[in-house]
Amino acid sequence: MMWSSELTQMILTGIGETLYMTLVSTLLGYLFGLPMGIVLAVTDADGIKPNAFVYKIFDFISNVIRSIPFLILLIILIPFTRLLIGKSYGSTATIVPLVVAAAPYIARMVESSLKEVDHGVIEAARSMGASTFAIITRVLLVEARTSLITGATIATTTILGYSAMAGTIGGGGLGDIAIRYGYYRYETNIMLVTVILLILLVQIFQTIGNKLSSHLDKRKL
Amino acid sequence: MSTIEVRHLSKTFEQKGVHVGALKDINLNIEKGDIFGIIGMSGAGKSTLVRCLNYLEKPSDGQVIVTGKDLGTLNEKELRKTRSDIAMIFQHFNLLMQKNVIDNIAFPLTLRGVSKKTAYQKARALLKTVGLSDKEKSYPAALSGGQKQRVAIARALASDPKILLCDEATSALDPQTTASILELLQQINRDFGITIVIITHQMAVIRKICNRVAIIDHGELVEEGLVSDIFNHPKSKAAKELILKDGYEGSVPNEISQQERMPEGKKIRIVFSENSAFEPVIANMILKFLTPVNILKADTKNVGGVAKGEMILGLPTDTKLQWEMEQYLTEKGLNIEEVTDDVE
Repeated sequence: MMWSSELTQMILTGIGETLYMTLVSTLLGYLFGLPMGIVLAVTDADGIKPNAFVYKIFDFISNVIRSIPFLILLIILIPFTRLLIGKSYGSTATIVPLVVAAAPYIARMVESSLKEVDHGVIEAARSMGASTFAIITRVLLVEARTSLITGATIATTTILGYSAMAGTIGGGGLGDIAIRYGYYRYETNIMLVTVILLILLVQIFQTIGNKLSSHLDKRKL
Repeated sequence: MSTIEVRHLSKTFEQKGVHVGALKDINLNIEKGDIFGIIGMSGAGKSTLVRCLNYLEKPSDGQVIVTGKDLGTLNEKELRKTRSDIAMIFQHFNLLMQKNVIDNIAFPLTLRGVSKKTAYQKARALLKTVGLSDKEKSYPAALSGGQKQRVAIARALASDPKILLCDEATSALDPQTTASILELLQQINRDFGITIVIITHQMAVIRKICNRVAIIDHGELVEEGLVSDIFNHPKSKAAKELILKDGYEGSVPNEISQQERMPEGKKIRIVFSENSAFEPVIANMILKFLTPVNILKADTKNVGGVAKGEMILGLPTDTKLQWEMEQYLTEKGLNIEEVTDDVE
């Protein structure tokens, strides 16, 4: 196969679509996942406002969604995606199942980050008369920020991988190209190029995440 | 009216369906301006008690009345407001590690909606009080233990509290740093008129700065009173143990138990007060009776500004001689009492 300018154009579009899906899905994933993670951390038995009933509900929801393989989730959600976006293929449509899959995953990461915060600091804030809301916003989220950023980095790269998987059902992006050219048409070199590009993207996200998290960590000298 | 009144306070914890009693019927009055020590061995319940004083732990029974307000009758919001009158410092400082020193001190103020500018002004003044003006922009990770506790004290003072609770505040510090932190607490008590409650397992801390002390043992208040009284005449077993332990702190532990050394001898505790410690009473006694006595423990220290000393003597087995020696010591104006437990 010849390397043409159309091909370059296609790959560039693929990169754009992959970035679009990954970043928008991560953002929307946090929109739902962050509050859910906070609720999980706060209502757990040793949280700052234990509530077994609320915890169990969110715990159950997050476990059920994370149990469904992503490929199956993509298919199950087709009617819902169609209802929301108007079509079930293309990169915008892929964002819907990506967010659904990512939110409970993000919630668990947030929960575990917040639970790492030293209990003594929370007690100190309570002794100063801090409300539950103030403890969440001014203590938990601040003290856990490096861990939250590390979590966000992992979430972003995982969503990037999932977005490539969505290519199998016409989701667009680099994964779509890899499947169509590399797998169905045996054009191994195109598949190789897309895989290398995906690796590069993950590397870039990971590096940015690590730099940011260590820059914001004041526990180190 | 006492600053803090504790009435019939009890606390039980439920562990796997079993009720574990942590505190049993505690009654205390802490007056304004007191530096009140609460001492006990670890596990005695003193940390639970101090957390009941600001309702971080809700008592199972009884009342805690702080500056006239019964904490048990307050709703969540009123309780949070009252807590700004009751500041607290901790063994492990509990500073926000991701915030610098000035933000840590301003934290209780901005929490109450005070503007950042006003909060910083106050925080800077407090930094000066605790002697850390040059550390304003440092992060806690870059500070020593003593400096961290100073920041924690400044943070505690930010909300103009009437009471400062100190939960083992010097237990993680070395002796020199402990002394400087205690001096700072004393200064705060004097300059700001803040009532201080100190929880500790170290008698040395009580001796250095407290005027009153309560001894907690297995969840019960076994003795309470002026520090000088309790040091001179400890009544409870727990008090005696704590005072003895204090004397041995920093010294080489005795390998041989007293029982082995003096199988039948009677042991007495003599307490020196005022200047009697400078008279060679024991040496004179030995010269007089021409019989040696065994000095099991000797200690003189500064208690609340007055030189106090105590000594534990192993007397000879002869009961007549014992009686005569006790007479002699009493004549010299010393308080004596029999010690029945092993000195260690």
